[in-house]
Amino acid sequence: MLLTFEPNDEKSHLKLHVQSHNIQSKKYSKEGSHNLPLFNLLTNNNSQGKPHIFEFETYQDMHAFRDVINNAFAYCEEPKEQPSIADLELRIKLLRENNELQILHKELVQTKVLSEYEFWSRRKELLGKDSIGKWKQRVGLKNVMASSIKPSTDGRTNRVTFNLTPEIIFQIFSERPAVRQAFVNYVPSKMTEKDFWTKYFRAEYLYSTKNTAVAEAEAAEDEVLSVFLKPDEILAQEARQKIRRVDPSLDMVVDQRDDYTHTMNDKFGRRSLLQDINRHSAAVLEGRCIADVESDDSRTIAEALTPAKQGEAGEIVTGNRNGGSSSTTKFSFLALSIKESRDYFESQQRNVLNEPRVAGASKRNVHDAYQSLKNSFVEMRTKGLSDPLIRPEVSFKVFSELTVTISNAKTVNGNNPPESVLDRLPKSSKDDTLRHWILIEELLRHFWSSYPITSTYLSTKVGRLKDAMLNMYSHLEEIKKSVPSDARHEVSSLVCSRQKAAFQQFDADLQRRSTKSVGGGHRKRPNDQMGVL
Amino acid sequence: MATVASKLYSDDGSLLVLLLDTNPLFWSNTSTTFSQFLSHVLAFLNAVLGLNQLNQVVVIATGYCSCDYIYDSSLTLSGNSESRRTGMPALFASFLEKLEDFIVKDEELIKEQEQEHDERIASSLLSGSLSMALCYIQRVFRSGHLHPQPRILCLQGSPDGPEQYVAVMNSIFSAQRLMVPIDSCYIGTQNSAFLQQASYITGGVHHAPKQLDGLFQFLTTIFATDLHTRSFVQLPKPVGVDFRASCFCHKKTIDMGYVCSVCLSIFCEHHKKCSTCGSVFGQSKLDGASTVSEKKRKAPDS
Repeated sequence: MLLTFEPNDEKSHLKLHVQSHNIQSKKYSKEGSHNLPLFNLLTNNNSQGKPHIFEFETYQDMHAFRDVINNAFAYCEEPKEQPSIADLELRIKLLRENNELQILHKELVQTKVLSEYEFWSRRKELLGKDSIGKWKQRVGLKNVMASSIKPSTDGRTNRVTFNLTPEIIFQIFSERPAVRQAFVNYVPSKMTEKDFWTKYFRAEYLYSTKNTAVAEAEAAEDEVLSVFLKPDEILAQEARQKIRRVDPSLDMVVDQRDDYTHTMNDKFGRRSLLQDINRHSAAVLEGRCIADVESDDSRTIAEALTPAKQGEAGEIVTGNRNGGSSSTTKFSFLALSIKESRDYFESQQRNVLNEPRVAGASKRNVHDAYQSLKNSFVEMRTKGLSDPLIRPEVSFKVFSELTVTISNAKTVNGNNPPESVLDRLPKSSKDDTLRHWILIEELLRHFWSSYPITSTYLSTKVGRLKDAMLNMYSHLEEIKKSVPSDARHEVSSLVCSRQKAAFQQFDADLQRRSTKSVGGGHRKRPNDQMGVL
Repeated sequence: MATVASKLYSDDGSLLVLLLDTNPLFWSNTSTTFSQFLSHVLAFLNAVLGLNQLNQVVVIATGYCSCDYIYDSSLTLSGNSESRRTGMPALFASFLEKLEDFIVKDEELIKEQEQEHDERIASSLLSGSLSMALCYIQRVFRSGHLHPQPRILCLQGSPDGPEQYVAVMNSIFSAQRLMVPIDSCYIGTQNSAFLQQASYITGGVHHAPKQLDGLFQFLTTIFATDLHTRSFVQLPKPVGVDFRASCFCHKKTIDMGYVCSVCLSIFCEHHKKCSTCGSVFGQSKLDGASTVSEKKRKAPDS
């Protein structure tokens, strides 16, 4: 917002333009001092504080000016928004469909407790969706690799036909990086895609027949085939790296299955079932999905799965809900360690010893207490244990008290849903109570999110919310009257208990601020500073 | 609420570790005398031992500045039944003797430490006895052969000492890890946040009986049930739990404060650096505003 200042002088044509977001602080001279009424507006152009000093005729003028500036500031701080037409339509549609939302909107926005912007800012995820209907659930990866992809067999012509869909190709590439690497290297330079897949399935067939002699013979002829028949080199390397990073003082038995090194001795001994399953779960956990890759072309799929450079930083892949391309966000994480454990414990010890002395026992009292304790031993030895241990009426009282406690706990905590308090109320009161509960929940969310209070806008918002919550009390009183007397307490505890914490916080905060401003007043100096309130 | 993964208990033997509060400052201020209290407790221990042949009981005394093992039912010799004291089975005679020795030792310790700190809130050393109990249970776990299911019962009357917050919370989480429930019976006047949290987190039972002359009845009704039986017996549940923490810097009880986002340590005021994990905190928004305003105040003067 641009503020323009003009002197009240027809002769001068000076105009001062100040952007409201450049204003850093405001100072004004105190009334009653000998100074002229001056107002100092400090702006922040290019990170250099530039003071603008305004001189006024009288203090009243200056105060009026100050009020105007304050209002302008408060107005600027309120977040403004210009919703687009599409957004507005979406909002109206949502309100029409969702009854609860409608109630909230009616009660809160139309009574000016919350502004439209505040109301919809909490519901961004509802507005973000392009399609109003339920978004499709992403289908997970099936564990077909272990059982191998089933072809259709044709007995007459002795042909086996594999049906390859892009999803299956995606899965093969994500679980077997060596295959993916081979694909990128050999297709389309050395062979066509069809040939590649034919070779792949031939290798799978050979493996399943467990005929190592034939496998060796064929692998010797064809290098591509040998790649498929050997254990997956890339995975083996990853596993070795992983194992090197593991702390050797841990129990290594767990990792034995994952260790590819022992399979390297056996040239064509492939992975065990456990390794297959582990590999599949690792692929699932990566979270990538065929929908993230937009094309159906195998080449694009292969390239999309190329692992990014993995350094020390952790990588998280997030897929867009609307099925668009995935985005990766890198978070670097540091392992947590208590740096100098001795320092830490010593500092704790220091804190204990340095703590302010609480008025506890004095020397004399402690010794007296110990003495009386020792006397009780003497007493026990002479008199023996108390007999009778417990009187029957006390025992009976304990039993009845416990019974009441346990049966009450069941109803209050709602252990048996059919007996919940709300069900005992007539339908209209129940609806009313639920409605109020939803409203209060919404108000409390906005209330707590406004803390800590750092601007005028937030403090007025908090005041508004508190007044709205107080108004609800009167409605609640009416509900309570209409409800049978034994349920009244539970109804009020259900609905009102959480507001108490909010009110306490508000009152404490208010008190703190008023004492701060009062205390600050004593320290005021001539060029005083405006408080944030 | 069950944060503890529910274990399948196949039999109803139990190893009960009882933490007995012997804080003289508490016992000198209650209406019930220590001797009455001990009678209830001893009868309760007898009852627990009588419920099942495999039951074991270990008693640890929580003193004002020290803790010690008092009694272990698996170590007691059957012989030596000379009753030097009248009206008391020999079993309890050794128990009482050890307890008395412990209290004498505790008093001597406090004489030594008196020069260092005179006044302290009158709390007992709960963290110490919880740690000792957990060490004993860990040893039982590692002994290999079949053992009854362990649980801890805290009989406490003294208020919480906020300086013990970190140690007590660490013990509670260790107990949660070991799947050992911590039951607590609070016989004092104020609320004990530590005990409520302990029972809540580990899946134990918390109860604060109001009249102490019926203590034996409370103990046998609520706390004598073993872990297997608890799945079909309704025990009292507290309505709410007091989750207040103590700050790590001054050990004050706070309900609103600053939390380190790396190691979750709690502070009551803004610090530049976390004392636990050493991570440096950025400047908060409020602090930024106040330091800027400090500079502003100084500028026009110069």
